[in-house]
Amino acid sequence: MDIFNDFSIGLFAMQLVILLVLLFLLAKFAWKPIMNSLEERESGIEDALEAAANARKEMQNLQADNEKLIKEARAERDAMMKDAREIKEKMIADAKEDAKEVTSKLIASAQASIEQEKQAALAEIKKNVADLSIGIAETVIKKELASKDEQIKLVEGMLKEVTLN
Amino acid sequence: MAIATKSIKFLVLFTIVFTSFTAFAGGDSPSSDKDGEINTPKGIKEYIKHHLKDSHDFSLFSYSNDAGERKHIGFPLPVIVWTSNGLKTFMSSEFHHNDDGHVLVEKGDTKLTKIHGKIYELDAGASIVSFDAEHHATNAHKVLDFSITKSVFGILLAGLLMILGFGSLAKGYKKGAIPTGVGRILEPLVLYVRDDIAKPNIGEKKYRKFMPYLLTVFFFIWILNLLGLTPLGFNVTGQIAVTVCLAVITTIIYITNGSKDFWAHTLWMPGVPMLLRPILAVLELAGFLLIKPFSLLVRLFANITAGHSVVMGIAALMILLKAQFGTVGATGISFVLTLFLTVIELLVAFLQAYIFTMLSALFIGMAVEEHDHAHDH
Repeated sequence: MDIFNDFSIGLFAMQLVILLVLLFLLAKFAWKPIMNSLEERESGIEDALEAAANARKEMQNLQADNEKLIKEARAERDAMMKDAREIKEKMIADAKEDAKEVTSKLIASAQASIEQEKQAALAEIKKNVADLSIGIAETVIKKELASKDEQIKLVEGMLKEVTLN
Repeated sequence: MAIATKSIKFLVLFTIVFTSFTAFAGGDSPSSDKDGEINTPKGIKEYIKHHLKDSHDFSLFSYSNDAGERKHIGFPLPVIVWTSNGLKTFMSSEFHHNDDGHVLVEKGDTKLTKIHGKIYELDAGASIVSFDAEHHATNAHKVLDFSITKSVFGILLAGLLMILGFGSLAKGYKKGAIPTGVGRILEPLVLYVRDDIAKPNIGEKKYRKFMPYLLTVFFFIWILNLLGLTPLGFNVTGQIAVTVCLAVITTIIYITNGSKDFWAHTLWMPGVPMLLRPILAVLELAGFLLIKPFSLLVRLFANITAGHSVVMGIAALMILLKAQFGTVGATGISFVLTLFLTVIELLVAFLQAYIFTMLSALFIGMAVEEHDHAHDH
């Protein structure tokens, strides 16, 4: 079979024309819209995947933030609790001290006033005893000095006593 | 489940359609030994040769009726020829299936006849074709034949199928991003051509421009290869004119899109001694203008021609082995072998489309490539 004898210029020409027309028609009405749609879809998928990855990352960030916030809040709470406890203890201690001071002061003033009262009472008792003794002495003297003899006797006795001293 | 059943049905139908080629090929017989029947090795050889050629009729099969008349089932195709008296058109039925110059069709002053699938115009004054010893017509010459031959019909059919299929795929995207129906089969193929043929060979930056051509060529060749396996008996991609046309277009595309670097490297190869450069330029030019397109066109032509020849030859075993194995035995052997070969041909149909497209992409890639001049030449 002689292949070059079989070469038909007519068939070549027909094939060329039909193929070029086909190429034009398909390029315009099929390949272009198909390629565009495919690329659009692919970029859409890519965008969606990227968005999903971003969302995941953001979620992780948010979670990390949340955890951090919780940790901070917990630490703050702990600190506040500690402060409060300290303040409470200090207040109690202060209160105790104050109370001690006040009581000791009260006791001291009470002791002082008791002493004073005691002194006053003692003084009054002394005075009363003196008054009483004077009164007694008065009445005794009045009675003893009713006669002249007695008076002389007393003076003499006193003089004797003085000399004895 | 419904889809699975459908696809199994489709597969069964597919297999039946392709393997029934055997029966058709065996029973068909236009150039007769005796009463149109083909029983001899010579007759089978002639028959296969006849099938491989382009034809002006679309004949599915033929038979002899009880009266001994030869009946042809098929339909005529329009003949369009440019003769010395201008354009002539008529239907191929006017040749009455005659292929050896005995039937003359007269259109005005022009006498036309068909010899071995070619249309001849008789020289002025001649009224009957005379042949020399080698059976070449001495008083007739070939005309420019733009007929809608069987191959042109096949090309038109493939074109129509592509426009319908990919048109519907393109339309499908208007409704939603996911194609439905036939588009579901076509979309992965389009993606395959783009991602596995165009992108790796041409490069991410420049592949877009060449996608329409690569897609068209890939599906054109594949569909025509597959049509060649149907009982319709097309042999379009086995026509040298068709493969030449495809190779020429590829060549024109990569020559016209050659980058500055490509031409610099082709015509004045840097980094080699001055004296060698002109020799290399000649070699490179020959490579790009002749050898590469030639390899493209011959590979496709030879593979498809060989495939058709072998399948038909094996199918003919049915007749040749009848004496040794009986009708049932010969048919069985021939059927099994033809089934096997047809499955291989299905693979070849895809493979040749892939190789042609891949090599086209590769050559285009070589031509459009831009070198980074960081390295020294």
